[in-house]
Amino acid sequence: MMAYIIRRILYAIPILIGVNLLTFVLFFFVNSPDDMARMHLGDKRVDDTAIQKWKSEHGYDKPLTYNSKAQGLDTVTDTIFFEKSVKLFVFDFGQSDDSRDISYDISQRMWPSLIIALPSLIVGLLVNITLAMLLAFFRATYIDLSGVILGVVLMSISSLFYIIGGQFLMSKLWHLVPISGYDTGFDALKFLLLPVIIGIVGGIGSGTRWYRTIFLEEINRDYVRTARAKGMSEIKVLFKHVLKNAMIPILTGVVVVIPLLFMGSLITEAFFGIPGLGSYTIDAISSQDFSIVRAMVFLGSVLYIIGLVLTDISYTLVDPRIRLE
Amino acid sequence: MLCVCVTGLQAGCDGRSLNNPYPARDDNRNILYSEFSERPKHLDPIRAYSSNEYVFLAQIYEPVVQYHYLKRPYELVPLAGTQVPTARYLDKDKQVLSNDAAAEDIAFSVYDIEIQQGIRYQPHPAFVRNEQGDLRYHQLSNEELEKIHTLSDFKQTDTRELIAEDYVYQIKRLAHPRLHSPIYSVMADYIVGLSEYADILKKANNDKQGKEKDKQANLDLQQYDLQGVKVLDKYRFQITIKGKYPQFVYWLAMPFFAPMPPEAEQFYSQPGLIEKNITLNWYPVGTGPYMLAENNPNLKMVLQRNPNFHGEPYPHEGDKGDIEAGLLKDAGKALPFIDKVIYNLEKETIPYWNKFLQGYYDTSGVSSDSFDQAIQFSGEGEATLTDEMKDKGIKLLTAVTTSISYIGFNMQDKVIGGDSERARKLRQAIAIAVDIEELISIFANGRGIPAQSPIPGGIFGHVDGEAGINSYVYDWKNNRPVRKSIEQAKRLLAEAGYPDGRDEKTGKTLLLYFDTAMPGPDAKAYLNWLRKQFLKLNIQLVIRNTDYNRFQEKMLKGTSQIFRWGWNADYPDPENFLFLLYGPNKKTDGNGENAANYDNASFNRLFEQMKAMDNGVNRQAVIDKMLEIVRHDAPWLFGYHPKGFSLHHAWYSNSKPNLMANNTLKYKRIDTALRLQKRQQWNQPQFMPIIVIMVTLLALLIPGVLSYMRKERHVSKGQIKS
Repeated sequence: MMAYIIRRILYAIPILIGVNLLTFVLFFFVNSPDDMARMHLGDKRVDDTAIQKWKSEHGYDKPLTYNSKAQGLDTVTDTIFFEKSVKLFVFDFGQSDDSRDISYDISQRMWPSLIIALPSLIVGLLVNITLAMLLAFFRATYIDLSGVILGVVLMSISSLFYIIGGQFLMSKLWHLVPISGYDTGFDALKFLLLPVIIGIVGGIGSGTRWYRTIFLEEINRDYVRTARAKGMSEIKVLFKHVLKNAMIPILTGVVVVIPLLFMGSLITEAFFGIPGLGSYTIDAISSQDFSIVRAMVFLGSVLYIIGLVLTDISYTLVDPRIRLE
Repeated sequence: MLCVCVTGLQAGCDGRSLNNPYPARDDNRNILYSEFSERPKHLDPIRAYSSNEYVFLAQIYEPVVQYHYLKRPYELVPLAGTQVPTARYLDKDKQVLSNDAAAEDIAFSVYDIEIQQGIRYQPHPAFVRNEQGDLRYHQLSNEELEKIHTLSDFKQTDTRELIAEDYVYQIKRLAHPRLHSPIYSVMADYIVGLSEYADILKKANNDKQGKEKDKQANLDLQQYDLQGVKVLDKYRFQITIKGKYPQFVYWLAMPFFAPMPPEAEQFYSQPGLIEKNITLNWYPVGTGPYMLAENNPNLKMVLQRNPNFHGEPYPHEGDKGDIEAGLLKDAGKALPFIDKVIYNLEKETIPYWNKFLQGYYDTSGVSSDSFDQAIQFSGEGEATLTDEMKDKGIKLLTAVTTSISYIGFNMQDKVIGGDSERARKLRQAIAIAVDIEELISIFANGRGIPAQSPIPGGIFGHVDGEAGINSYVYDWKNNRPVRKSIEQAKRLLAEAGYPDGRDEKTGKTLLLYFDTAMPGPDAKAYLNWLRKQFLKLNIQLVIRNTDYNRFQEKMLKGTSQIFRWGWNADYPDPENFLFLLYGPNKKTDGNGENAANYDNASFNRLFEQMKAMDNGVNRQAVIDKMLEIVRHDAPWLFGYHPKGFSLHHAWYSNSKPNLMANNTLKYKRIDTALRLQKRQQWNQPQFMPIIVIMVTLLALLIPGVLSYMRKERHVSKGQIKS
């Protein structure tokens, strides 16, 4: 397995270079260093000298990818792309374009993202699996049909509606939780309740339908029929046999997103005023802060690759037949 | 649900509202709650130039002068200074001239400024000295740095007295090669020796960076003298500017001219602190009524009363009606009234608005989402609060802002620009056709005053009534300006050579281009409306909507044709509006503020004359001439002066809109007992819906459980039978 993991890590390097290059090309296709300087210096009384100074100080006065004035290796290394990219591979994210330490910001902002995403994922998973089991148990009955229809309705509703609706009901109308905000320590609990509930409710439709399909596929297999023939109760069949065998597709979906939980949710964080990494990324895009955008895309890619590797490893844990070679 | 119940029980015990976002310990404290939607980019007063930065900075730093809080028209009064500075005029041989000397004879204006004695800085680690008298935290070791993550991690703080040298040091910082002060180029034109000083610093900086191989290497400005700015003694300094520039004194009220202790800059220039984001751009050091106690732009920013504040009394006199409005009840009392201000990050307007209605914010603006809920218009068109707002005791304040939103014509464009009769009449026709009153009504919820010139009301040079209307667009009828008819616009268009919107030479429909970077659905509605305005003259308006960067590029290159632009005043002087049309300020000539690239020799000459004049009949006469030229040439479609609406709760007092002063927080007062009472009254938790939902969910489970039991029984029976 070790050899497999090392191979996957080595595969990741060209992928990360590609992602970094793509981010660079897309970013500078839309923005030029002059635009970035103007954005950071403001609108009023900004002259060309100030723009040139800003570019020079932040290393944006060099050619983008190829320096024709340099010689030898410098033609490639004395460029914005090389200077802004190479340190990423040792996870040195450097400073943002307004001189803030990106690593420090990430270390501060990943916890609020995680503290919302993790309970939403765990409780959401339990709720979705339970409901999907219930529908599978009552398959081909009016309960199943109603559940499927309700699931389709729930997954058709925009997440924004859940957020605004939740804020309206829970905070504005019933005065049960703060409408938005965040705090540290135990005081954070009251702020987390609503976004977590909304995260769970918003995922019920799609989650339940997906797991129901998985369970129904398993429920018709021979080993289930055998279990029933042996006189096992339906509950036991579902929880002891069906659930265990349905774990592989469930793990595929869940393990891969675990590392990405750090990255936060863009809309939820904005509406609830939660200082997570989702809002950090959005702010960086709107303020044209390339250093942060590049760092966050890189981090997202790394976490996604880690998620995929973890998924592969988790296969071997739930299915002894699978060997990673 | 369980958590709701737990927190519900908790709240039931202490009687607090469940949706209160603040800790219980703060309920009775004298704290003002406000919000910010975007973190300030700069908190270094030499760089900051945006209103969201001034919200904080103006409470922390104290320039020598400030605007009187209550009096109108706006008036400068001393802040850290002993009096408002006045200029002595010198000729080119440095001989003193009389105060009424002609502007062209004045080579230099000299301002001698005296500051108050005994003003002290906020507690700060930069001032701490050890037993030997050396600055304690100016050469931090790696060991010490390891334990420091924010400014509050420094165990000791100290203060020192404000001295004239601090003001001089800040003025020197205008020319610092790494600070990019936005007003450097403006000030370099006036302050004697500032541009030469910038060259000296640039060279010193390059030498230092080369020697120390460090881009952040500290540059000690005290080593270099600035010719036009001198320390006279401990409490007095002198600024010499070129020529006569009466507006200079207004600049002295801005944070650009606030004092900066050199030891603070030296302290913050330590590489170990820069790496940890502990910089002057992030942690200000001032003498004002407040200090920045917490700077977490990801969550909240907190201003706390400065324990070393020198004290300042609430104004004794105000404007007409201020006594009746209760604005002088606190006359003579020591400022500030509020102990702490918490600015929470609120990115979306809906949660912010709802929290305001729940009493968790003390003030609010009126966004378009909440406008109908908050504001209604009376039969006379006057904005008033809706009954819902009145029932809550909410108060509305309105004020015409010292700003303008206009539609500009690029005067370098071949079709719409230039000073030909044809182009001018075309612009005048468009100015009549575009119904600004309708625009204000539809897109600004009635919050604006149609502009008759670039100068808004309340600024010298603005003339009300018939004498002040733009006679090329309006007629004076029934005691009010009435837009000229579309027939008159069509006539002008025909005279311009476009009868019925067609070029008389080619017969083709006139096609004009509107360049914009407006995003979103609101923009679409606005652009459709604008297209219809041009269609009144049968002119086809093509919208060239692009992103902000491309739009800026077009403006810089002068390739736009018609565009929307705006300006917010720096100071209450007509020069700060009319310079937007001054030829040498053309945007295409190095990114000046003249976005329309208007360049009229007579206007330019009058501008130069007006700029150096004191307010009075003569200056008004010159301004009138300038306005006549610009109305005739119509480089702008004047647009409107936006009207600001703000709301505040009944417990928030001493509030009067002041569009020039940013340091008004110290005058505000809060009745915390009333606030607490109202919060509890408005936010009683409703548990019944939750109970109903839980009971319903349980009820829904019952048929399922029964069905399961029946199924199990059926299976068992089947097994027994078989």
